[in-house]
Amino acid sequence: MNTVIQDKLTIKTNQTMSHSITTATKYKIVVDDFSFYYATLMAIKHISMKIKPSTVTGIIGPSGCGKSTFLRSFNRMNDIIGNVRYEGKILIDDKNIFDKDLNVVELRRKVGMVFQKSNPFPKSIFENVAYGLRINGVKDKALIVQRVEESLKAAALWDEVKDRLNKSAFALSGGQQQRLCIARALAVQPEILLLDEPASALDPIATAKVEELLHQLKRNYTILIVTHNMQQAARISDYTAFFMMGELIEFDVTNKIFTNPSKKITEDYITGRFG
Amino acid sequence: MKCKFIKQTLGFWILRLCVLFVLMALALILWDIFSKGIGVVNWEFLTSPPKKGMTEGGIFPAIVGTLLVTIITSILAIPLGMGAAIYLNEYAHDSKLTRFIRMSIRNLSGVPSIVYGLFGVVLFVQMMNLDTCILSSGLTLGLMTLPWTITASEEALKSVPQLYREGALALGATKWQAIKTNVLPYAVPGMLTGAILGISRAAGETAPILFTGVAFYLPFLPKSFSDQFMALPYHLYIMATQHHAIEKVRPLAYGTALVLIMLIFCMNLAAIIIRYKLRKVRLQ
Repeated sequence: MNTVIQDKLTIKTNQTMSHSITTATKYKIVVDDFSFYYATLMAIKHISMKIKPSTVTGIIGPSGCGKSTFLRSFNRMNDIIGNVRYEGKILIDDKNIFDKDLNVVELRRKVGMVFQKSNPFPKSIFENVAYGLRINGVKDKALIVQRVEESLKAAALWDEVKDRLNKSAFALSGGQQQRLCIARALAVQPEILLLDEPASALDPIATAKVEELLHQLKRNYTILIVTHNMQQAARISDYTAFFMMGELIEFDVTNKIFTNPSKKITEDYITGRFG
Repeated sequence: MKCKFIKQTLGFWILRLCVLFVLMALALILWDIFSKGIGVVNWEFLTSPPKKGMTEGGIFPAIVGTLLVTIITSILAIPLGMGAAIYLNEYAHDSKLTRFIRMSIRNLSGVPSIVYGLFGVVLFVQMMNLDTCILSSGLTLGLMTLPWTITASEEALKSVPQLYREGALALGATKWQAIKTNVLPYAVPGMLTGAILGISRAAGETAPILFTGVAFYLPFLPKSFSDQFMALPYHLYIMATQHHAIEKVRPLAYGTALVLIMLIFCMNLAAIIIRYKLRKVRLQ
């Protein structure tokens, strides 16, 4: 009798525990009534959405709709512009990134970013990837060498550059430079990867490589990607968010957005009737 | 249809003539000084003091004086100017105050050098009691150079793409780390070039040192930075306009001018070499 109760109790605790774990880990990112202002201009308006770990979320919408501003909120890159204001919350692992006691530098290590225009530093290929490690205080040379190799392999660039790691990063092609930037972001072992139109300046072959890469990276990272290219969003993202004029019009499974959107305006945009 | 091509050719030629005119003027001055001065410039001229009421001998004390003053100028102007530029460009927010400060700095670089000279007398010679000496003159020239070095350094910092800063910050760098490791290495060559060009201009100035430390004639070299000194630009001014036997010393004046120009040329050359060297290092 006693043992049965005991067992039930254990089961119960197990259930509650597993339940609390699932709610804690179910969503990597929770955006809760988030608004953003440049001075007095409201660029992002009351957005709420939840993002699961190990997924790719595509953010689409016409130019100037606030996609990039939204993306740059997750690592608080907008802070450096000055005269900006946030309202609402963005929770990453249940922690509001706008809390006063949050360390922005630590946040940016955890939330990596790849910019629209590839921005290799005027250093060697090796030093570009090692840069994030060095500024985060990694001194162990063997570890740096190992991480650089891992990151370049993860970014599918290793085979192309392994013989010329000490050459300038500027000698790489556009597509290689962008993958180098991805490798550089991966080297500091982030958990979330933000990509701001990473393939907009690349030719179709280089674009295909970057897309293939994102598909593989999905296993280990939560990825948010802003893109202008509808086909790209459809190909690579699990979820798609459609933005317009700073508002989130629709956010759903990619397949649903592209085949059966619930709003007329989403359909109009996707089918190219405007934007 | 033909008209626009004629206009184009005409435009090119007008611009070409502008360049030609500037180059000619410059070449004429240089040739005049070189041809008339080279005759007296020899080892003795460079290494001996003036003799017989400055009608003979060399300009050694003036060379030493100018070099010593330039050292003081550099010590004040380079670090202070770079520091101020880094603060203004990287840390200061864009506000009415910073815009006012920037405008003031730009305007200060246009203030006539004699005003700096008088300011130097009041501040360094009288208020700080440094007396007329190398230090007072060097500091006065340093103050005069600061607006140029700050402006040049700011331009150099501005030329570093914003994406380098953002890229570093996005990887978890602090602001200072981003500046130190990903902005300064690419800006320092430009900053140094600007600073050296400013200092080389200061080295040729007469007005700021006139009341703050330069001497008409000294039979000995300065022993410390608190001694008076002779300087090339002032010596040249004396030889060219104030000497009692002005015709007789004209070749010496030309020689002095030639040495001064060569000295400044060497400093500018140093600036170019530094920039070239640093640029090579950063791409490795």
